[in-house]
Amino acid sequence: MTEGNSLESSGTGKLVTQDLSAYYGAKRAIESVNISFPDKSVTAIIGPSGCGKSTLIRCLNRIHETTPKTRVEGHVLLDGQDIYEQDAVSVRRRVGMVFQKPNPFPTMSIYDNVAAGLRLNGLRDRKEIDRRIIQSLKGAALWDEVKEILDQPGIRLSGGQQQRLCIARALAVEPEVILMDEPASALDPIATAKIEDLVFDLKKQYAVIIVTHNMQQAARVADQTAFMYLGKLIEFNDTKEIFERPREKLTESYITGRFG
Amino acid sequence: MKFDRATRRRWKSHLMAFLCLGCVAIALYPLASILYTSVVRGAQAINADFFTQNLPPPCNPSVESCVTGGIWPALQGSLIMLGIAAAFAIPVGMMAGVFLSQYGHLKTVQSMRFFVDVMTGIPSIVVGIFVYALFLDLAQAGVFNTSWVLSALAGSTALAIVMLPIVARTTDESLRLVPPTLAEAGLALGIRRWRVTLSVVLSTGRTAVITGALLATARALGETAPILLTTHFTTFPAQNLNGPIASLPVLIFQFGTGGFPNQVSLAWGATLLIVGIMLLISIVARVAAGVVGSRAGLGGGG
Amino acid sequence: MESPGPIAQGTAAPAPQRDASGRALGDNLFLGITGATAAFINLTLLLIIVILADDSLPTLRVFGLPFLWGTSWVPPNGITPQLYGALPFIYGTLVTSALALLIGVPISIGIAIFLVELSPGWLREPLGFVVELLAAVPSVVYGLWGIFVLVPFMGSTVDPALGSALGWTPLFSGSSQGYNMLTAGVILAIMIIPTVSSITRDALKSVPQSQREAALSLGATNWEATRVSVLTYARTGIFGAIILGLGRATGETMAVTMTIGNGNFIHTSLLSSAQSIASFIANNFAEAGYLERSALLELGLVLLGISILTNVVARVLFRSLTGAGEEAGS
Repeated sequence: MTEGNSLESSGTGKLVTQDLSAYYGAKRAIESVNISFPDKSVTAIIGPSGCGKSTLIRCLNRIHETTPKTRVEGHVLLDGQDIYEQDAVSVRRRVGMVFQKPNPFPTMSIYDNVAAGLRLNGLRDRKEIDRRIIQSLKGAALWDEVKEILDQPGIRLSGGQQQRLCIARALAVEPEVILMDEPASALDPIATAKIEDLVFDLKKQYAVIIVTHNMQQAARVADQTAFMYLGKLIEFNDTKEIFERPREKLTESYITGRFG
Repeated sequence: MKFDRATRRRWKSHLMAFLCLGCVAIALYPLASILYTSVVRGAQAINADFFTQNLPPPCNPSVESCVTGGIWPALQGSLIMLGIAAAFAIPVGMMAGVFLSQYGHLKTVQSMRFFVDVMTGIPSIVVGIFVYALFLDLAQAGVFNTSWVLSALAGSTALAIVMLPIVARTTDESLRLVPPTLAEAGLALGIRRWRVTLSVVLSTGRTAVITGALLATARALGETAPILLTTHFTTFPAQNLNGPIASLPVLIFQFGTGGFPNQVSLAWGATLLIVGIMLLISIVARVAAGVVGSRAGLGGGG
Repeated sequence: MESPGPIAQGTAAPAPQRDASGRALGDNLFLGITGATAAFINLTLLLIIVILADDSLPTLRVFGLPFLWGTSWVPPNGITPQLYGALPFIYGTLVTSALALLIGVPISIGIAIFLVELSPGWLREPLGFVVELLAAVPSVVYGLWGIFVLVPFMGSTVDPALGSALGWTPLFSGSSQGYNMLTAGVILAIMIIPTVSSITRDALKSVPQSQREAALSLGATNWEATRVSVLTYARTGIFGAIILGLGRATGETMAVTMTIGNGNFIHTSLLSSAQSIASFIANNFAEAGYLERSALLELGLVLLGISILTNVVARVLFRSLTGAGEEAGS
């Protein structure tokens, strides 16, 4: 670990990784990462392709281990407790995820998509489900556009709307942390802008961790930014500092576009 | 309460996983039982005589001493009919498969492929009925005399029709797996298209194509219903193509259901023989091709 | 794509003869010959339909459509007039096929789920291969095994148990020493497992991993993720697999003939003997006279119709999959 991580040692964030390493078979994808993600705030993870940023957030909700032949070392503390010592299913309820390519359940209506997580957790009360759905769709800035067509299949929406549907679906189970793996990379600029506005809203309530290959997006949206390269955390600081006064040569080379 | 429900869900997940494993066990049990029964009941029948002797008459061991006999006529009959069927179905099927794979970008050809697919699913008893009716109609129209209606030739024809769409589709699938860039490389050298198809595409895909033909032949070996309807079973070796002819599957059916111990024993011997051949060919096919699976080749026969 | 690539130039190779579209003579010949063989196969299918239809005409003229729901089958016996009706056999086919699906489909789906999601990697291929071996066993061998192993077991153990527990219902009354629709249904179930499980397996494999991950990240258990995302996503393919399994089950002859008891009647009890269309044809074809044979051919036509219908429906479903799979997530 390098010296440029002024936030790293605080260790009191909502989600904290301690010497986190992850492997695909024998290949190590991330190496001894220590980050503290603050609550009610947006943290961006940037870096060139293959730097391990997607692998990192997939470890934060224990989705990484669902791929065969993978391994994780180190700890991830949610509110001080290691998520790898708890039941994975309950961890995933508290740490939600939005994927790169929008993936609503194609055989379900918009309503059913958002309700999916609720129903799995046993919620049967129709009124309560309705309430949560309206709340989530509003929270995802999608309610006005779909309130008349809730029974239509989720896949009939545009790409940007589908992604906001996935966000609503994730919000419905009332997580504490929201992980976003390049949520706007498959979307057009207008839809991207809507997602970014949404992230601003979401950070009032959740810890948002967003992986992006788009530096300008990180600069627009994130309070703090982590820069990764070849599986290692190179620098982690307030976004302003990272982009205006990077401490590592590598960081500077990346943000000035010399590689990646 | 939350805790109880979460635990229940977890246990349910484990239970379902266990049930799925159970399904695998349930499916494998009959296979094991069939193999076991075939070996136990069939092995005792197999010796040199088994392959060379003629079929014995039905015989009650408590009343008279029984001839053990052998299955030679049935073996000979199956080989003859299978040989004729394969001699027709394999070349014709392969050519059709080549056509379907090389011109499959055309809408018409796609429809042709669709209907060849449909044909692979036709019950083999329907094929038997068809050949019988066809030969009967032809005999009544005077094309040939009625001795040909229930004959070795009719049986072979029925088997050939069963094999034909299978060989065509497996050839088609195998050749479609050959990367198009290989054909393009051949064409770019200025070689004519038909030659490219034969020397490049077909030769690259030949393992899978041959495996497909092998699987189709193996399936035809076990087909009973079509032969049942198109041949007269006899206990003697076949004399000519327009006469009665024995065959392994019909032997298994008639001797197996007849209830006479000496015949039943031979039926199990023949079963062991067929099952052994099928197993062997399946393993060879899997090892050789791997991709052209048993899906298009075996199964669905009567 | 039919025309060859760059023209073979130079003095070494003579330019091939071409027609107006640029195709060489050799290519045309090749197209013609191979095309003819493919057309031949299609024509054979057509011929099957035509001949069966044509040779069923005698029965159709005499009995017409009521043949399909007639309940008696009386060949010429010198006393009563001939009468042919297909209902008992249609009934037998429907019941045994329904049993085959009821028993075989859940098992097949369970196998597919195990192979795609639960099995350790090294076990996957070998286990899949062994399951496929069930398809390598010929129908007559299933029948023989049925007679010597399954029928005694059903007759001595399963049937009496069902009879004592559920014998008061019309479904399980009576007994038949194991030669009944239930036994035939069980064997058919085993026979359709390789087909249904392998197609279901393909359908499950085609579900994008992100679907499963989306369900998991909502806090679903493994089974819930499979149920909510994978099985529903793949349901068209699974449905097609079931239809193909149905097609196979209706057409099976030998295994059914040897275990169904060959009783030409309609009884509601699953423990009663019966006939399927295929088994009846197999049993009676040899000695049939003119009109009876025509009736049997008409039965064959019914079987052909069922098989073509199920095949076409299933394959149309599979074709629709290549469109549906691209809608999601784009």
